[in-house]
Amino acid sequence: MPEHVTTVVIGAGHTGLAVSRGLGARAIDHVVLERGEVANSWRRERWDSLRLLTPNWQSRLPGYSYDGADPDGYMTVPEVIAFIARFAEVASAPIRTQTSVTSVTRVDDHGYLVTTTNGEFRCRCVVLATGACNVPSVPAVRQALPSTIASFTPFDYRNPDQLPDGGVLVVGASATGVQLADEIRRSGRRVILSVGEHVRLPRLYRGRDVLWWMSSSGVWNQRYDEIDDLQRARKLPSPQLVGSRERSTLDLNALQAVGVELVGRLSMIRDGRALFSGGLKNAFALADLKMERLLDTFDAWAQSNPQAAGDVLASERFDPTRPPEKSRLDLNLANGEIQSVVWATGFHPDYRWLQVPVLDHKGNLQHDGGIVTDAPGMYAIGLPVLRRRKSTFIHGAEDDAREIVEHLAGYLAGRLAQTL
Amino acid sequence: MAQTKVNNGVNVDALLAAREALKGAPQAAKFNWKATCKWQNGTHSKTEVQEFFGLGQDQKHKTTYSFDADHPEIFASEDNGATPVEFVLVGLASCLTAGVAAVAQNRGIQLRSVEAKLEGSMDIQGILGIDSDVRNGYDDIKVTFVIDADASKKDIEALVAQSQKRSAVYDIITNPTNVSVTVA
Repeated sequence: MPEHVTTVVIGAGHTGLAVSRGLGARAIDHVVLERGEVANSWRRERWDSLRLLTPNWQSRLPGYSYDGADPDGYMTVPEVIAFIARFAEVASAPIRTQTSVTSVTRVDDHGYLVTTTNGEFRCRCVVLATGACNVPSVPAVRQALPSTIASFTPFDYRNPDQLPDGGVLVVGASATGVQLADEIRRSGRRVILSVGEHVRLPRLYRGRDVLWWMSSSGVWNQRYDEIDDLQRARKLPSPQLVGSRERSTLDLNALQAVGVELVGRLSMIRDGRALFSGGLKNAFALADLKMERLLDTFDAWAQSNPQAAGDVLASERFDPTRPPEKSRLDLNLANGEIQSVVWATGFHPDYRWLQVPVLDHKGNLQHDGGIVTDAPGMYAIGLPVLRRRKSTFIHGAEDDAREIVEHLAGYLAGRLAQTL
Repeated sequence: MAQTKVNNGVNVDALLAAREALKGAPQAAKFNWKATCKWQNGTHSKTEVQEFFGLGQDQKHKTTYSFDADHPEIFASEDNGATPVEFVLVGLASCLTAGVAAVAQNRGIQLRSVEAKLEGSMDIQGILGIDSDVRNGYDDIKVTFVIDADASKKDIEALVAQSQKRSAVYDIITNPTNVSVTVA
């Protein structure tokens, strides 16, 4: 016999726990199902040197915030795990660990059946808090990679020592790609970085963390229903940032300065050669222009909000991305120049267990700000620009969880589903 | 979005409507472009385009367009038309220029004039088989736009960058494409 519970939250990461705290506050009975332990993906699917992109003072969850001695620092992975685990305790979340969901099915008009490795649950509401990064996305060209070349994703990469000797091709220039290219290069290896469309940001702008600007100026609070091209916003790569003690910028100019070679987007592997796009300069131009527009937005905000802007330094602009002197269009994969490839080409959610027709033809969850389309009582959290631009950052869960729980409570109370 | 007072002659509303419609019908978005070529004499050929396939059915230009291609006299040819590699520049220039107009319309930027100069550099030791390390095709293509419009320099640069991002010919030239040539 399945266990009856009003709401099942799938995933005990920071988003699932934030939802749990909201449900608890409204006395909505629920369980949080966790395939491993609290903050599981942080325990198993992160490389050694990783730190959060957001400064500590920004690490905030409902009724809970960072209270350490280094507000401007960036948490290491063990610190993030401890931060989330402590929140789970503070929130007294009813977590069932070591419980993997194997299927979610619609039972009738009134709810869902959640089957797990540890029993069944009958519920009226399900919250998908499994996040956006369950599986590394690797382009199909990987199939053509010669078997002599070792292949890594961010899920199995831990540190440079693990790589075979020799050069490394890093594919992708989001936060992951630039961070790995940098540390692998600093380990003494030759690194070639394949760069497609990317998001360039300085770490500090006018003396403040750029994410302070994102937050203070309101850019991060922009709602999903106010964004012109939401589909595009949801597919944006993560910004080229690293959380380091030095608070240094890790853009493509910084990488070139340490000797990383830049090539265009990887388009094909043919006859043992990787072929790169000749459109690298336009990828630079797009990212540079986009960054300038964002900095213009910050400046305009600072000018009209001098009180809130406080003691920011004078406006500044950064050098355009330097085109490499010669950008090669191909790379021989057979002559030993590189021995491994790191695929920093993004992630996608894994919904194989979700047996409710809520995915589009490309496998994307159809939802309106986290309210899953055509599945009453089903919600999602922790997806890119779910309800706001900040949705996938730790503190982004605060507002999203509050609003989703509000909607869920309304649904349970039998009110008409209303747009928040 | 599109401001009504701006008119670059591009029906952006229709394009955006088509984009929305095709989102729900990805099959209709599959197009097939066609050309037929007849050898004339020497290096002179005549290529025609009229029919294509798209939106689920055969389509037609309102007339047949014909293009003579040949090589210049310094290649001991009769110069009955542009060289094939110049046609590549024609394709790139017209694709990027169409993109500039469309993006400008969408962004509410009135264009007064748009001119592009294209230069493709090529070492013909490749095609002549003199040096196998030299490729046959262009080793570099430079496009310079001169645009007069109601917009800042930065906005114009963004226009040109976005046009490249959405250009089919730019993509064809900058990325490899599978080509299969058979004899029927």
